[in-house]
Amino acid sequence: MSERTNRGQRFDRLPATPAERTVAGRASRREVLDWWDERFGIPPVTFEGYTFWEKGAGKVWIFNGEAADPTSVEAIGMTFLRTRQEHWKPTMRAAQRFGRTATRNVIELDPEQAARFAAGEDQSMPGWDGDWGYLIVTHKLAGEQASLGVGLYLHGELRSVVPKGSREDLAVIDRD
Amino acid sequence: MNPLERYAPLVDDPEAFFTACDRSLPSVVRVNTAVTTAERVAAAFDEEGVRYEPVGWHDGLFRLPDGHPGRNWPHFHGWTHGQEEVSILPGLALDPQPGDRVWDACAAPGSKTTQIAAAMDDEGTIVANDANLGRLSALRHNTERLGITNVVVTNQDARNYSTKPLAFDEFDRALVDAPCSCEGTCRKNPDVLDEWTLEHVEAVAGIQKGILTRAVRMTKPGGTVVYSTCTFAPEENEAVLDHVLDQVDCEIVPCDLPVKAVPGVTEWDGETYDPSVELARRIYPHHNDTGGFFCAKLRVDDGEVGT
Repeated sequence: MSERTNRGQRFDRLPATPAERTVAGRASRREVLDWWDERFGIPPVTFEGYTFWEKGAGKVWIFNGEAADPTSVEAIGMTFLRTRQEHWKPTMRAAQRFGRTATRNVIELDPEQAARFAAGEDQSMPGWDGDWGYLIVTHKLAGEQASLGVGLYLHGELRSVVPKGSREDLAVIDRD
Repeated sequence: MNPLERYAPLVDDPEAFFTACDRSLPSVVRVNTAVTTAERVAAAFDEEGVRYEPVGWHDGLFRLPDGHPGRNWPHFHGWTHGQEEVSILPGLALDPQPGDRVWDACAAPGSKTTQIAAAMDDEGTIVANDANLGRLSALRHNTERLGITNVVVTNQDARNYSTKPLAFDEFDRALVDAPCSCEGTCRKNPDVLDEWTLEHVEAVAGIQKGILTRAVRMTKPGGTVVYSTCTFAPEENEAVLDHVLDQVDCEIVPCDLPVKAVPGVTEWDGETYDPSVELARRIYPHHNDTGGFFCAKLRVDDGEVGT
């Protein structure tokens, strides 16, 4: 018997497509894959082999193992994406883990900006002429771009949405 | 009385042992190879001006002489995890492979879970269990921070663990990094010596026996179970192995570790243990300038001899 409503305390697998949806408001796998592709240019093949699950209102988890009945476990995989809101939001850790291949809506920060972002500070970003909303934020580290997580760009300002427990006052890397 | 004194007859150089136990330990980080490489972490430390030293016996560990393992860019990115050197040994002994089904019986706070996941290239399934719900939040924080996607977290008493929520009912490998009297962590937490009692040692040994027995029973024939503690107490180490060898079909096999280690003891406090407990390994603080540790590798019997 399939449940018709979302139950916050258990994991339920996302339906493959919107047509197979039985729980109102639940994102489908197809929509999740399309969203990462359209928003960040991260192709669906990236997530082949992973399964997606909802626990809590709109919180989508990504899992790479075997789970038959994950209704009585504490966690599977890692949190990935917040749905059931107008603008979906990747988690910081998902953006770090999967964001490095993003080609759209990626904002690269200089060393000072990166340090402000990691500390959780909002900052003015007048040069950005891309989309508003959630962006993948990167900086150069050890020769390559590394994803710092997710920022929210609105009205010329990049808001750091690094969770409080993950913020750090870090050194400004000297590029001279 | 300092409980460490009871181990003087077991060690080669008691003075060196006591002196080492009094020194504090350096900060060490393990590279999270699920998402990056040791070379890139080293390059990032160089750019940032963080001092680091390699740990000779393992490429994926760095000592940070200035401390603060959580205050640098690699940590922010989930590229490193603060973990004591000896604590990576059971994961090395377990030798998990991509695609395996692995049980981590006493997983919180997740240092070994995330090390195992990285060794599996984040492929397969690691079931990270802990009986203490409060400690699971630290485990969750660490798996999330390190970007680990192949972990299932459960909250059960490991002694009568049920595989009912899982997609399978036996494991390829299991790690029992058991709750213990933690004497070997005295270099970072000297309080463990003040709080030590023989009653606690005896009580926790009962729990250890129950968990290790369950681990052997849930591991497939021919599979590997690693038992580890951070105590020197034979009651919690060799005596537990001796008990489990009697209860379930398994054998102790050699455990190759990349550090100086000495064989398990076959006699203690009037008790004698199965001679094969000598294949277990004791790691003393004065031998490698680390914390103290105990590690044994077991093979679950599959009815074949000499394989």
